[in-house]
Amino acid sequence: MAKLLSDKTREAFMGPLNANNPVVVQILGICSALAVTVQLKNALVMGVAVTVIVALANVVISALRNTIPGRIRIIVQLVVVAALVTLVSAILKAFLYDVSVALSVYIGLIITNCILMGRLEAYAMSNGPWDSFMDGLGNGLGYTWVLAVIAFVRELLGSGSIFGFQVIPDWCYEHGYVNNGMMMMPAMALILAGCIIWAHRALNDKEDKK
Amino acid sequence: MKLNTNGNVYTIVYASVMVIIVALLLAVVSAALKPRQDANVKLDTQKQILASLNLRDLDNAAAEKFYDENIKEVTCDKCQLSWFEANLNGEKKYILPVRGAGLWGPIWGYIAVNNDKQTIYSVFFNHDSETPGLGGEIKNYSVFQQQFEGKPVLGTSGKGILIEKAGNGGDVDCISGATITSKGVESMLISGLAPYVEAGWFDQLEPALDMKTVINENEVENRECDEK
Repeated sequence: MAKLLSDKTREAFMGPLNANNPVVVQILGICSALAVTVQLKNALVMGVAVTVIVALANVVISALRNTIPGRIRIIVQLVVVAALVTLVSAILKAFLYDVSVALSVYIGLIITNCILMGRLEAYAMSNGPWDSFMDGLGNGLGYTWVLAVIAFVRELLGSGSIFGFQVIPDWCYEHGYVNNGMMMMPAMALILAGCIIWAHRALNDKEDKK
Repeated sequence: MKLNTNGNVYTIVYASVMVIIVALLLAVVSAALKPRQDANVKLDTQKQILASLNLRDLDNAAAEKFYDENIKEVTCDKCQLSWFEANLNGEKKYILPVRGAGLWGPIWGYIAVNNDKQTIYSVFFNHDSETPGLGGEIKNYSVFQQQFEGKPVLGTSGKGILIEKAGNGGDVDCISGATITSKGVESMLISGLAPYVEAGWFDQLEPALDMKTVINENEVENRECDEK
């Protein structure tokens, strides 16, 4: 593993998973973290879609980076992202129709996800395709795990299920247990995101002090 | 050779070429996937119609098979109505489609009516963008839709099914915290069923309705109903 990836590439991939996480450290992509985390399945599909799109867009922009006219570079980035998002949306509609209905407008809104434009402008425009690919993958997965944690808690407490399967036994409901309706509201996702940021900071600070 | 990537000509040519390539790519993919997407949309509609017969959570193959064997769409050109007729375990049910507006976007539903055309067998409602957990609960069978079973199609008052707060004397309890969506369902039912009421659809039972002209052996029938 150590020789497979150079230090720079490994940093590009590992950084966003933890120390430089796009959601909990850079606070990017929060909007979709609120919107699609009611159910774990949707959150994971959203995470995968974002990962694929960031990684591919990074590669395309990185490959073109020396030819892109400086004055319209943001427009070029946007066109590449929009094209990829439209492709993913069309593929989901054709092969995973239920998921595309559940994610409705949010797939289209990946275009406006700050993580994408941020990575394209900050990384892909000045690094090679391979490093950019790993950077995109790392950021996408960093985004996905945060979404997955939020969705896990929201689905468990809000619907009493995980991946749509009921995990809280009927016995509890018969004895007065009630699903927490607050968990279904977007505001709770923000509070959970705040808790994750808190825990993440506390852990990393401790490591810094060592 | 170093490209001058800041020249006007270069910028314009670059933008044009890029847009043409992207447009071609998207057009090809969209054309290639269109049949599959259309099939998915059709199957999804069929599953929603089956849900109004309480055949919920069928898998795709079972839903398609049941739909093909037991449900046909009927249209009446003269009075501009269309409905579905279903054969459910040997009993005939009518399914009327309705559309309306919720709080954030469109809502729609299918009302399955018993053979006597007086009582509701079951219903299915769906929505585009109502708030999950509040207005979105109109999609939930045990919370909302179940209440409609066995109710008179036009409500006990005859004006339509009234959706009110629990204890306020409506036919159905509204969803607390989602008054606008609940009222949207109420007005959707009233306005959606009005054309059928006007055409006298509810007054004509099966033999009387038998002035049908089958235009097409392929599942779709065309009938005339009395104009009033």
